[in-house]
Amino acid sequence: MSEAALPLDAPEQRATRDARHDRLFAGLLRACALIVLAALLGAAFATLWGGREAFGTFGWHFLASSAWDPGNQDYGALVPVYGTLATSFIALLIAVPVSFGIALYLSEVAPRWLRTPVASAIELLAGIPSIIYGMWGLFVFAPFFAEHVKPWLTNYLGNNPDDGHPSWVAAHVPFVGKLFASDYPFGASILTAGIVLAVMIIPFISSVMREVFQTVPTRLKESAYALGSSTWEVSWDIVLPYTRSAVIGGIFLGLGRALGETMAVTFVLGNAMDLSASLLDPGASIASTIANQFSEAVGLQKSALMALAFLLFVVTFIVLLIARLMLRRLASREGR
Amino acid sequence: MLNATTTVSRFGTAAVLAVATLIGANAAQATDITGAGSSFVYPVLSRWSASYAEKTGNQLNYQSVGSGAGIAQIKEGTIDFGASDAPMKAEDLARFGLGQFPVVVGGIVPVVNIAGVQAGQIKLDGATLADIFLGKIRNWNDPKIAALNSGLSLPAGKITVVHRSDGSGTSFNFTNYLSKVSPQWASQVKFGTSVDWPTGVGGKGNEGVSQYVKQIKGSIGYVEYAYAVKNRISWVDLKNAAGNVVAPNADSFAAAAGTADWASAKDFNLIMTNAPGAKAWPITATTWVIMYKQPKHAGQEQAEHRKVAFDFFKWALESGQQQAAQLDYVALPQNLVQKIEAYWASEYKH
Repeated sequence: MSEAALPLDAPEQRATRDARHDRLFAGLLRACALIVLAALLGAAFATLWGGREAFGTFGWHFLASSAWDPGNQDYGALVPVYGTLATSFIALLIAVPVSFGIALYLSEVAPRWLRTPVASAIELLAGIPSIIYGMWGLFVFAPFFAEHVKPWLTNYLGNNPDDGHPSWVAAHVPFVGKLFASDYPFGASILTAGIVLAVMIIPFISSVMREVFQTVPTRLKESAYALGSSTWEVSWDIVLPYTRSAVIGGIFLGLGRALGETMAVTFVLGNAMDLSASLLDPGASIASTIANQFSEAVGLQKSALMALAFLLFVVTFIVLLIARLMLRRLASREGR
Repeated sequence: MLNATTTVSRFGTAAVLAVATLIGANAAQATDITGAGSSFVYPVLSRWSASYAEKTGNQLNYQSVGSGAGIAQIKEGTIDFGASDAPMKAEDLARFGLGQFPVVVGGIVPVVNIAGVQAGQIKLDGATLADIFLGKIRNWNDPKIAALNSGLSLPAGKITVVHRSDGSGTSFNFTNYLSKVSPQWASQVKFGTSVDWPTGVGGKGNEGVSQYVKQIKGSIGYVEYAYAVKNRISWVDLKNAAGNVVAPNADSFAAAAGTADWASAKDFNLIMTNAPGAKAWPITATTWVIMYKQPKHAGQEQAEHRKVAFDFFKWALESGQQQAAQLDYVALPQNLVQKIEAYWASEYKH
């Protein structure tokens, strides 16, 4: 009996021990995940709590007001929120097609010897601190932009060019004239900031795209080629649909970085708290406003800056929500 | 000031000798004091601290985090002294048991980028400067500017205003001056470390403003004097409160500090813009050092830190002013230094 009990008993002990370890492991993993959640909620709550005075004083008006007047204690979030969204949108508009081109070239077209060096160069670009982009923007790009690009834009697209005669485009296409009109003779503007941001997020988006393009099974691509598809048709009809959700994920990774980017934007945005329809006028973003004013702010101004930080959370959350919804719609349309 | 000799002569007992030995022992192993606040005073503080460390072995760690943060940190008691470009109000000082005194004087100068105009060639008065920053004067050939500059032909260029985008003591003093000379500025924009600028673009820090002014033709900004000299930007001569046109330099900054009415300013709570002296530069600023009047925490370490801090500032005010001049700051006038030392003796408990 006792000899028989021993081999029966050992596996049982082993099973309970394993079960205990499994529970411990699961608990540990859960704790790791919860830390992220706790940090997120904690940060959101802390900024909301810090901004309670501003939200309490201005209410919904805080969202709609373009005032930012420390002298008269009147604050509104419209200018920085608009600046954040506008610069990020311009950045995506430029970065997405360029990144798509880079990734496609590297995974489909480029000769094999070129792929690795260019891919490493892109990863190096992703690692450059944003202050460097800011200095490059301020000292190199903004003067170049003011000297060579901006005059062309204001003269050919703006409704208030130097010679006083708006071009055909400015006169006939709605809004364009307003978008490219500017009285300021220098480079710092919403458009400049958008372009610098685009340069900053291209490495992120393109390296994600390149990675996922490489996961497309060769047999799918070769079947398409065998049916007579061109490289473009293979890319657009085979590679992109196969990797669509990961590509959108990469784009939103870049967008997330653009929304929160601080130093580079502070240098090239011009930091003017005025609402202007023109992309060539200076503006302000949420992050740049906080970086500029936080160290010297007291009382209601500090609270208003905290409220802005909370709004950045909200804006990012809404953007990510839209991304999720887009993915879901895509998935359901494809019947997956 | 507390030092070993006076302590011994005052008490001269065995017990105090023992304490003196203890202090001596501590001084031998060097005390690090920490301060935080104004970036305006940072260059001169770091120069002073290097010389002082050479002389005494005591280090001074200063974080130029901004005046607001400096005041917040001294209120928390996490540092030995705070430094602020704006004076604290008497009631705030009293509430926290703090005292403040100026340490060094500097000038803020309007700078311009107009083709063919060199430093000191263009003159403005307070009202005109305020109208430019209000966006009411938009062209360099405006009659108001021309009236002040007979003999200088100014181009018909548009004026672009450049201001600080970050909250700063420089902006505080500059806007304070504009409030004193322009009723519209005083009622509409008011003054502070950051304000709602009616026009123009913002550069981050003195460097940012210098950079923008250098890049933008027809621009006008304001920076600390040292930055205008270092970056070779043309500055503007200003008509002061006495009606004289003065150039920004050590003499006119000192004249402003000397003629400001310190006698009736409790806790040195006086912003000396638009000073009355005949030769005074109208936008002259100082930085206040803020310390607890009584040690916030009891204990040997805190007492030692305070002793070193006072010794440092005494040395800086009496012997460090030469170095301040090399960095384009200006020494406090002698009568003001005496006033500060009297303030230490009467207000601070060691």
